[in-house]
Amino acid sequence: MNPPKNLKPYKVYAIEKGTVIDHIPARKALKVIEILRANEAGDSIVTLGINMTSKKMGHKDVVKIENKELTDAELNKIALIAPDAKISKIKNFKVVEKMHVVVPDTFKNIGTCPNPLCVTRNQKVGATFYIIYKHPLKLKCHYCERVFAGDEVVL
Amino acid sequence: MVTGGFKGRSIISIADFSREDIEYVLAIAKRLEGMKKKSGLLRDRIMATLFFEPSTRTRLSFESAMESLGGKVIGFADPNVSSYKKGESLYDTVRMVEQYCDVIVMRHFVEGAPRLAAESTTKPVLNAGDGANQHPSQTLLDLYTIQKTQGKLKGVKVAFVGDLKYGRTVHSLTIALSHFSPTFFFVSPPSLRIPSYYLEDLRQKKIPYKECEDVMEVMRQVDILYMTRIQQERFPDPADYEKVKNVYILKKEMLANAKVNMKILHPLPRVNEISTDVDTTPYAYYFQQAGNGIPIRQALLALVLGALK
Repeated sequence: MNPPKNLKPYKVYAIEKGTVIDHIPARKALKVIEILRANEAGDSIVTLGINMTSKKMGHKDVVKIENKELTDAELNKIALIAPDAKISKIKNFKVVEKMHVVVPDTFKNIGTCPNPLCVTRNQKVGATFYIIYKHPLKLKCHYCERVFAGDEVVL
Repeated sequence: MVTGGFKGRSIISIADFSREDIEYVLAIAKRLEGMKKKSGLLRDRIMATLFFEPSTRTRLSFESAMESLGGKVIGFADPNVSSYKKGESLYDTVRMVEQYCDVIVMRHFVEGAPRLAAESTTKPVLNAGDGANQHPSQTLLDLYTIQKTQGKLKGVKVAFVGDLKYGRTVHSLTIALSHFSPTFFFVSPPSLRIPSYYLEDLRQKKIPYKECEDVMEVMRQVDILYMTRIQQERFPDPADYEKVKNVYILKKEMLANAKVNMKILHPLPRVNEISTDVDTTPYAYYFQQAGNGIPIRQALLALVLGALK
């Protein structure tokens, strides 16, 4: 059945104030919610769209979080999962600012090295990763020197 | 690392070395090998060996190198006697040991431990192997051996044979040789192929390579045949091991068509992957290769302690 003409397809619940994270790789939205701890957001509404059709990406996920502004550290974390994400800041139901995730050259104290034999898993020292490739995102651990995909780096 | 700036530096990973750095260390090693009066170079200097994992050959080689330059050696070879067992952090161990010595040589089963150690102290730390990660003095002695036997490093054709998936020496030597326009042949069973990340890196650097399963396919072409041990415990099914184990044993008759300059290297210990009848052929060079560890380790110690420039 075709949707009624006045209904914008895939339009998820509009928020008055908060953040929309668009162009998340398909089926990674739950990971984004997890790293932002958006599931612990108290009374705020969190909506997510999974496997939505995208001209650019084929399929994509979208996350909207009410009453939430992203910090720089959170933007860095999102870069690991969704290096091409577009972030929109919403006020009074309108987009007031659009940002692209910028993948930094180094991730410091973000995430955990997936290698259980890495010194960061055995001693009190935070993980540091260097970007090897941006597309697809590949990171090298500063200590054990192993290379991982962005979403492998446990957060 | 900047060449000439080795004094006080830690030697943690071959990936930190530029082409010039490598050439510089090899030149110093050559100089030391030909030097007659070197027994006073590191007089009154103390090297601490912290071996959290046993390794007789690497430890003896470092100790021999230090003593031959007039230095002294302290340390432990068995982590069971160290305070690590009592729960002391690596940071605390290093901060304590640095009070007693001028240079620290560390082997650790935890990957990245020597880098963390180097960040914890102002004394230079030499990585003598950290798990499956790095063993830079081994890589440098491999390069020194190739240069010595081939008269050059540039443009050599190297075949790596055996366990290329877990073989630390193979990965490090691939990275290091990439500075010198090599051609690589990776000879392994399908389950022990070199990780795709290394191949991606070679493609980016436009370095020619070929993967195959039979060493005889490349025997006529190679300058260096780098053998590694295939460990049975890498195979979940013992039947899979039985299938491949004999294919990767090098025997004398297989060398009939080898180039005259070809040399066989092996990081040792060997189990059965090079038949003992190969030892007496002019191609066998693995024992001399181990011997090259001395001038390389002498060079590293002399450089980081500022005794040579």
